[in-house]
Amino acid sequence: MPYTLCFLLFTIGLLCAVVKKNMVKIIIGLMIMEYAVNLFLIMLGYRTGGAAPIIDRTNINPEGLLDPGFIATSVDPLPQALVLTSIVIGLGTLALMVSICIRTYERYGTFDITQIRRLQG
Amino acid sequence: MTVPLPVFVALPLVTAFILPLCGDRYKRLATLLANAAVLALLVLAITTIGKSYSYQVGRWSIPLGINMVLDGLSSLLLITISVVSAASMLFSVRYMEQYTAKTKFLSLFMLMLTGMNGVVLSGDIFNLFVFLEIASIASYALVGFGCEHEQLEAAFKYAVLGSVASSLILFAIGLVYGNTGTLNMAYISQAIQTRGLNHGLTFALAMFIAGFGLKAALVPFHAWLPDAHPAAPAPVSAMLSGVLIKVLGIYAIARLLFNVFGVSDTVGWVMITLAVLSMVFGALLGIVQWDFKRLLAYSSISQIGYVALGIGMGCVLTAEGKLKWASMALLGGLLHLVNHAVYKALLFLASGSVQMATGTRRMNRMGGLAAKMPFTRLTCTIASASIAGIPPFSGFWSKLILAIAAIGAGYYWIAGIIVLVSVCTLIMYLKVQRYVFLGELPDNLRQCKENKGTMLVAMGVLALLCITMGALVLVPSLKSSLLDPAVQVLIDRFEYSARLLAGAN
Repeated sequence: MPYTLCFLLFTIGLLCAVVKKNMVKIIIGLMIMEYAVNLFLIMLGYRTGGAAPIIDRTNINPEGLLDPGFIATSVDPLPQALVLTSIVIGLGTLALMVSICIRTYERYGTFDITQIRRLQG
Repeated sequence: MTVPLPVFVALPLVTAFILPLCGDRYKRLATLLANAAVLALLVLAITTIGKSYSYQVGRWSIPLGINMVLDGLSSLLLITISVVSAASMLFSVRYMEQYTAKTKFLSLFMLMLTGMNGVVLSGDIFNLFVFLEIASIASYALVGFGCEHEQLEAAFKYAVLGSVASSLILFAIGLVYGNTGTLNMAYISQAIQTRGLNHGLTFALAMFIAGFGLKAALVPFHAWLPDAHPAAPAPVSAMLSGVLIKVLGIYAIARLLFNVFGVSDTVGWVMITLAVLSMVFGALLGIVQWDFKRLLAYSSISQIGYVALGIGMGCVLTAEGKLKWASMALLGGLLHLVNHAVYKALLFLASGSVQMATGTRRMNRMGGLAAKMPFTRLTCTIASASIAGIPPFSGFWSKLILAIAAIGAGYYWIAGIIVLVSVCTLIMYLKVQRYVFLGELPDNLRQCKENKGTMLVAMGVLALLCITMGALVLVPSLKSSLLDPAVQVLIDRFEYSARLLAGAN
């Protein structure tokens, strides 16, 4: 069920990016998509009631290996690392697109993409 | 001597951050540095020929750490990227003088190079995504570099579609991680071999094809390319059309299909369908264009179709077990990739040279430039002959190999389309010759002069490559050291993961 909602959020973002005429709203749509993906990644690693993936001495068994019981209950930390990277990338894209947007507004005096049509088809 | 693989990423990355420090005062120093870096990369890329090894970043063994993998295919693409970027960089020494903030241009160019080298070498699927984003974001900025109406509009369109593609790819990576529990391509491949494709992975594969298809501008996803490529400054257009769409799109698809997910009939036919659509639509839409660079951009769509066709046919034929024809189709596709990188870069540089001399890109406002710009005309004609597939220029050989593979495998209609699109391409470039270089010289262009210096050197080198690249298939030693290993990597499929896993243990 949460996965369905997450995918729904993704499609809402995509729809917003495709249908809206305002450049700012298109960017918002893209960001919704981006965050739906981030949410999806987080959910992949999440486990209801799971332990934080921080290892201390009690989690190491006598052979020096990680206790299997700990692995079975802890949350997967890798997707969280991925999401951090993905958020930074998203920030970069967002900053660039907003600055393109501002420069376009300076040139055309509008955010409406139906009026920004110097390029043919 | 084996070059440590991170050098290919680190060298352009470090240069990219040193360049802005030079500022506009030491513009010459920055230009020199950037050219030196690109040439060094070219030399390093050539030393990788015929080698295959991997590097584990930070000495963390896979699957815990990230690895970088060099094999025949990566090596071929590294060399292509280096050649085209060296020529574009040389061309931009003079060409970019008309823009302000040249050091920023050089810096972005280097970042794009970092991303592309990283994509080609990465053995980790998320790392591949990160490099893909570095290259994409740098290219959005480069498309909008002129900051005029048209550039901004194109850059926005490109950035929007590029972000959609990136989101699709990231979603697919999430699905793959959820289903296999690893991000390393060799381990994903191993998991798929033992467990087979389930619904989640099939869906991920579909999303990968859509995402990378958007980056490669295959036809239903092509809308951004005819705006973005002409709007960029000429050396950037040469990079975008020459290598960016191939590295981010075709290379990534080929690597995932053959080495990670494994080939199947269905996926192969999807690729062939996309490829044929791209070839036909790109060529037909290109013929009616009057903007020089826009025509070239449509022709890029058509030509990327040829490359995708080679990959698609290779996929179908490998799945059917006809390995002989499959390797032929892949050879044709990869050779066309290299050829197209060279001649399309040359054509875009020639268009930049014409634009710099005349101040316009409208072909119906030009004419008779053959007398004024003999060198540009000569190189442009060589590139046109290559792209139209006139023997003995380079494009002929790759199209011939593709057609032979199609006939040999019994797909006569594909061979027919290859020839038909080739004729359309010929018409397209006859139009360029007729309206740009022949005919009446308009009065307002009486003053225009041939460009000088490094621009001509860059174009001359690429033109020379166009003439001699037939040697890549005709000379056995060149073929066996450059193209055959690349084809072999794809044909061997899961050998990729087997090799890496063996090295890991």
